Amino acid sequence: MATVTGSGTLPESKRTDAWWVQPLGIAVGLLVFIAYATFRAFENDLYLTTQHLASAWSSGQVADLLSPFYSPLFVVDWKIFGKSVSPALLILIFPLSFRLTCYYFRKAYYRAFFLKPPACAVPSANKSKRWTGEMFWPMAFQNLHRFTFYFAVLFLLNHLHDVYKAFHFVDGWGMSVGTLVVILDVVLLSLYVFGCHSCRHLVGGRLDCYSCDALSRTRYGMWRKVTFLNQRHALFAWISLIWVACADLYVRSVCAGVIPDVILFKVGHGG
Amino acid sequence: MAKTITLRVFRGDANGGTTQDFRVETFPGMVVLDAIHVIQKEQDPSLACRWNCKAAKCGSCSAEVNGMPRLMCKTRVDALPTDKPIEVFPLKTFPVIKDLVTDVSWNYEVAKKIQGLTLADEGSKEPLRMQQIDVDRVQEFRKCIECFLCQNTCHILRDNERKDVFFGPRQMIRLASLEMHPLDVADRTQFLKEVAGVGACNITKCCTEVCPEHIQITDNGIIPLKERVADTYFDPVRKLLRWVGGRK
Repeated sequence: MATVTGSGTLPESKRTDAWWVQPLGIAVGLLVFIAYATFRAFENDLYLTTQHLASAWSSGQVADLLSPFYSPLFVVDWKIFGKSVSPALLILIFPLSFRLTCYYFRKAYYRAFFLKPPACAVPSANKSKRWTGEMFWPMAFQNLHRFTFYFAVLFLLNHLHDVYKAFHFVDGWGMSVGTLVVILDVVLLSLYVFGCHSCRHLVGGRLDCYSCDALSRTRYGMWRKVTFLNQRHALFAWISLIWVACADLYVRSVCAGVIPDVILFKVGHGG
Repeated sequence: MAKTITLRVFRGDANGGTTQDFRVETFPGMVVLDAIHVIQKEQDPSLACRWNCKAAKCGSCSAEVNGMPRLMCKTRVDALPTDKPIEVFPLKTFPVIKDLVTDVSWNYEVAKKIQGLTLADEGSKEPLRMQQIDVDRVQEFRKCIECFLCQNTCHILRDNERKDVFFGPRQMIRLASLEMHPLDVADRTQFLKEVAGVGACNITKCCTEVCPEHIQITDNGIIPLKERVADTYFDPVRKLLRWVGGRK
């Protein structure tokens, strides 16, 4: 007999593998992003090349680049304690709410931050016989993911406009490394947003019969395509998250004069 | 060359228990269930274990091997570290009957509460005809072998002991297979929300991780059900559209 326990108590088996690696990695990754995004949101500077590199812009040396953290561009004339309120604080609420209610990120942060549970078959923190999950308010707000999805689509359309502007130089049209950075940003965000579980439900998941009529068959085709993206939702969630920070860092670095925005080609207004 | 391993097996019942170490000689391709059978045959025939097919299709030999819910017949011994004893415990979420055998009858009791397939014309003698594109989605759910590893690993049932509010992933898959069935006409949305407790799930996907049939329980079952509940209860826009369209 290896272990003897008192009557009524059952010994427990514990996982012996490195189950903590994944939640730790996710926690570190998310915390790094949150720290960077918070810094940039409060910085309220170095987000628009046409504004921060006015002379380079007017001489056609830089494309019209806007940081994704400050898109859509607008000016807030509010002050708190004598300091201007950053528009990013208002903008980031929308992508934040989308990611916060995202079914993938729910898994990620419930495991990594709330330890409910930290990993499969590993005891949860704060076990409670009153657990109700997302049944009641305020946790029931997770059910509003579809509304954050609608806003995410609007933001994507706005990002497309940013891409269009990134081809724009004061003396014509062209492409710079910055243009490629914002193109990749909108592509990755699209792969993430349109692979969302709510999108999958809305395009066809809510139907029971796909063969009933032509519209249902069309929606089945769309559902299959969204399902393809949905199966890679976690991958696109992370890549798009990392790249949006990289895109912001690129624009910031260009605006700060740390790196030049290398122009790949340019066509003047005259052709 | 044959290697000898140590299995640390739970012995006991609902009143209490202990662990017992057994030394077992391995053979090529040995799975944990083989090792348990060797113990039963050569060392202690009183060791209780439920099994049937030994082919990962009956779902009987569910247990916790080194703390992870698994089918014993699908867990190869050579895939586990053998420098320490291999721990074999019963499913934690269900009451132990004896040794590795647990009482999983709760799962069958809650299954009885779910309204079965309901056809528009119950009396029809016509054969049911379905197109493959309608069947594709629900076919995945039919792969379930009722091993209850998902029920065992679900922290709502396992850690928080909320069998009173949540039916568990297995029953969610059953509900999904009925709700998404092209010929089913019943609406289980209210049942899902108020009785089966789909809202209790916080999408940590452990059920999917342990499923031996690789059913995407969360992505293809629970989340679509949550979205259907959201359609009815959490979407004022759809509610307005239903009201304008004169639907309930």
